[in-house]
Amino acid sequence: MSATLSEGAGAGLRGAGWAPARPTVSPAKALVKASLSRGHVEVLQFFRSKDAVVFTLALPVVLLALLASILSGHVQGTSVSYSQVYVTGLLAGGLASTSFLNLGVFIATERENGGLKRLAGTPMPRAAYFLGKVVVVLITSVLEVAVLMVMGHFLYGVKFPASLGRWWVFIWVTLLGGTAMTLLGVAASSIPRSARSAGAVLNLPFLVLEFISGVFVPFTQLSHTLLDIAGIFPLRWIAEGYRSALLPSFIQQAEIGHRWDHVQMAAVMGVWCVVALVFAARTFRWTAKGEG
Amino acid sequence: MGPADLVIEVRGLRKAYGPVVAVDGLDLEMTRGEVLALLGPNGAGKTTTVEILEGYRRRDSGHARVLGEDPQHAGAAWRARRGVVLQSCDDVVDLTVRECVHHFSHFYPAPAQPDEVIERVGLGAKRDARIRSLSGGQRRRLDVALGIVGQPELLFLDEPTTGFDPEARRGFWDLVRDLAGEGTSILLTTHYLEEAEALASRVAVISGGRLVDMGPPGELGGRHDRPAEVSWLGPDGWQRTSTHEPTRLVVQLQAAFGGEVPGLTVRRPSLEDIYLELIGAAGAEGGGAPAEGSPARRRTAPAGPPARARVGAAAKAPAEAPAEAPAGGEP
Repeated sequence: MSATLSEGAGAGLRGAGWAPARPTVSPAKALVKASLSRGHVEVLQFFRSKDAVVFTLALPVVLLALLASILSGHVQGTSVSYSQVYVTGLLAGGLASTSFLNLGVFIATERENGGLKRLAGTPMPRAAYFLGKVVVVLITSVLEVAVLMVMGHFLYGVKFPASLGRWWVFIWVTLLGGTAMTLLGVAASSIPRSARSAGAVLNLPFLVLEFISGVFVPFTQLSHTLLDIAGIFPLRWIAEGYRSALLPSFIQQAEIGHRWDHVQMAAVMGVWCVVALVFAARTFRWTAKGEG
Repeated sequence: MGPADLVIEVRGLRKAYGPVVAVDGLDLEMTRGEVLALLGPNGAGKTTTVEILEGYRRRDSGHARVLGEDPQHAGAAWRARRGVVLQSCDDVVDLTVRECVHHFSHFYPAPAQPDEVIERVGLGAKRDARIRSLSGGQRRRLDVALGIVGQPELLFLDEPTTGFDPEARRGFWDLVRDLAGEGTSILLTTHYLEEAEALASRVAVISGGRLVDMGPPGELGGRHDRPAEVSWLGPDGWQRTSTHEPTRLVVQLQAAFGGEVPGLTVRRPSLEDIYLELIGAAGAEGGGAPAEGSPARRRTAPAGPPARARVGAAAKAPAEAPAEAPAGGEP
């Protein structure tokens, strides 16, 4: 076979030309490099599966068109149409589906096809994987929100945020809400037993939440009990946050609390970020079930 | 050879899944620079052992050191020193070969040049192809590229050539030999005994979660001391006999036939014969029987002839009357 083997394979032999003196890279630098590379690859992969791109972006758009055409009219005694309420609802639903649902299913798939296991076998800092996901979720969510916003503006007359303050609300609701739902998606990816069941398993709670959080049914039509239950989870608050950024102020009279409480919204989303992060950190698995 | 030269050091390794004991007190040592082949039937504990050493699984008890560290507590710096080629990965299919190898190189502190690695595994012509479009063998080569792009000191190769055609397998063996030639230590698991024989400096046979035997492929199970089987075509048909002195027998045959011996074959037990015998014996001891229908269970060890008793007769017989050699029968 080789000279090295026949000569007794002393450790000294390695020195010549092969084992390089391994440079030490600072952990922070390694994390940045690996995260950028992960983000790049995630984005490449997403945009190369063209059907996934089209249908991910199209789903909330089609739902918005459908729902807005089914329920016409205005919120009682106001000039705000239900179509406009739906725009804010589907912004929340679209954000949640690109972050929570797509991510949960995608991670479950990567766990099953060995992609996660292979990554875990490299020296990649573990956090880089999640930061890469954040990059792709951020980009898809911004696209999703932009498409819905443009559609809402031109078809249903929703005004872009009228003040700097409202833009700020729009942005932080997107970022904080998106983060909470992303972390929940990571946490939820460990629940399905297989990649094949992931869609079915995650869709049930997700659809229920969408119905009771004011995504598919205008918040004015939901009982207080349902809204209170939905209030445990972040989706209702994301929807309410978008309403507060995009709809006229007088509509807040119709909310359960009769006003938009940004501190409460941010608090619920923030608490969910922490809860999901802790849950994800404890349950995240790099290998499929039954693989140790 | 001091402990510093051991890349793998395992003593009394144990791992159970509920009531099923997968690894049952395994001992194993691997020195720097060697290619060690791990053989054993399905369910023998090979994969569990390798995954413990790779750092994927936790052991229940026993001592394990890989490159001087405990694999279940070792960190990123340790992972950078060993490479892992897993069985069948089906991820990142929308990337090109080049993108994928470059991507993985970013995780290592001292990676090889990704384009050179791609050439090395023979995917140069496919560098810009989507992974989705690669054949099974080409994907396997990519798996290896990802395993070696970090320039590991120790490489785990798990059934690397399953599903290869013979030509692709030979090409792959050359690659493994090259890596070994550069001093990379390689732990290889395989079901192909000719692969173990072609590549490994030592072979370890595992059955029922224990080490059954370990040694160079030519010496495993006392292979070099085994009687050789000599067969030839005599006047009354095929003759076969087992002897420790095949050279002498052949000379006697030559004299008896007055020249060329028709259909002469001299054969030592193959690695496969030895392997089947070893795992057959290990299974028969009752301890840890192979879980799945291992070949050993269906096929009894073929080294059959009560060798010693035969030698005298076999060596003598042909000189007197080759046609009446006792071990007559079909070859």
